[in-house]
Formats: sequence, structure tokens, C-alpha cells
Amino acid sequence: MMVPLSYYLMLSGFLFACGVIGFLIKRNIITIFMSIELMLNGVNLSFVAFAAQWHALSGQVFVFFVMVVAAAEAAVGLAIIIAVYRTRETLNVDRVNLLKL
Amino acid sequence: MFHLILFLFFGAICVAGAVNLLVQSHPINSALSLIAVMASLAVEYLLLGAEFLNAVQVIVYAGAIMVLFVITIMLLNAGKEASSGGSRVAIVLGIPGALVGTLLIGWTLLFHSNTRAVPIGALKGDPRAIAQLLFHDFLLPFEITSVLILIAIMGAVVLTSRPAAVARGPRRDG
Repeated sequence: MMVPLSYYLMLSGFLFACGVIGFLIKRNIITIFMSIELMLNGVNLSFVAFAAQWHALSGQVFVFFVMVVAAAEAAVGLAIIIAVYRTRETLNVDRVNLLKL
Repeated sequence: MFHLILFLFFGAICVAGAVNLLVQSHPINSALSLIAVMASLAVEYLLLGAEFLNAVQVIVYAGAIMVLFVITIMLLNAGKEASSGGSRVAIVLGIPGALVGTLLIGWTLLFHSNTRAVPIGALKGDPRAIAQLLFHDFLLPFEITSVLILIAIMGAVVLTSRPAAVARGPRRDG
């Protein structure tokens, strides 16, 4: 009835690695943003796994804070994406290379 | 045994969703596979005894945040993304490097870490226990995050409002 902690950590590491790869290879600004969310989720899983390992509920509270910050980040980030699309008419990060138009 | 089967089943959904996010070229498909990853991660949280986080993960992450993403994708009518052919260095160095790193981390975690197995229900993360921590030990961070959320709301409103009033002012003068 037990799952080794290392399995959870490997799943978490895999999710984080997928997020990093997506951040590097994707060209659509929304998909890059989703890769960041994937990285946050991977870290959250290892937080919860370590909380269960050490019998410390603070780990779960930290995940709660990460979720709140991720929600704030998603709201502001998507607003920035909409503003970028309005001024440049593109979502391709390769073509968003000037700070000022 | 049942615990392990549940972990492997939902872990496989997680892995498949994460890989699908990378493979798909249309952002809406990536968003849907990210929802699958988050929903199955919620089940993993439940296996680890985090009942409150399970509900929050479904409501906030798979619900609210992903709805924001899907609405943005539809609003901007995001199409297929242009592929920018991978560089040679990435293929020659990146793939072996990633392989070595993965093997090293997996080998260390499996055979050289003194981590024990996690029994089901070892830690009860029910709303009552979380709330006692949140409103007692973590009260100040909790209040600070509420201010952060407020600022984020105002920032989103300012950023997405039509820049008529803000941008036209200086242009008229100049």
C-alpha cells in the first residue's frame, strides 16, 4: 500500500523538465506561459511529497501560496500578452524583439 | 498495491499530457493537455493526503487559471505556431546532455537517497488543519498574498484597458 517517495520526485522532475523544454523550444508566447505553469506544478508536487514524507503540513501551505502567486501571475501575464498582441498583431516571440515600437 | 496502481495510472496521464503539451503545435491543444496534467496531479495530491490542495488544485488551477488561458487563446484567435527549425548545437549537445541528466537524477533518487515510502493517509491535509496553520503561523504571508492578488487585479485591468486615455495624451501635445 505504499509508493516510494522517489517515484513522486521523479514525476515532479519530469514535469519540471518538460516545462523547461517547452519554455525553450516553443515560439508561441501563450504556450511558453503554459510551460511556466507546468514547471510550477512540478515543484508543487515535490512540495506535497516532501510534506507527506516529513509529516509537516507547512509544505502544503507553501503549495497554497504558490498557487495564489501563480493565479496573480496568470492574470497579469495574460493581460501583458493581450497588450502585446494589440500593439504588434503577433504572438510569435521571435517577432517581439523591441521594447518600444 | 492499489495505491501504487492509482499512482502509476494518474502519473502516466501526467507524463502523457506533459509530452503532448510539447508536441502539439496549436496552443488550444496544449492548453487542454495542461488541464489533463493538472487534474491528474490533483489525484496525486489526494494520494499524498492533501485533501484541501486537491480541491484547490481543481478549482483554482484546472478551473480558473486554465479558463483564463483558454479565453485568451480564443480572444486572440491564436493559430498554429511557426516552427523555428531547431539549432544543430541543441541536437548534438542537448539530447545527450538531457539523457545523462535524467539517468543521473533517476539513479540517485532510486538507489542513493534515504527516502522512505509514503503510506496512504500518513498526513491529513484537511481544510481544518491547513486553516489552523494558515491563519495562525502564516498569517502575515497570507495577508501579503491578499495584497498581491489585489495589485494583480488592478494591474490586469490597467494593462488590458484600451490605451486611449493613457496613450493619446502625450501624442496630442507632441
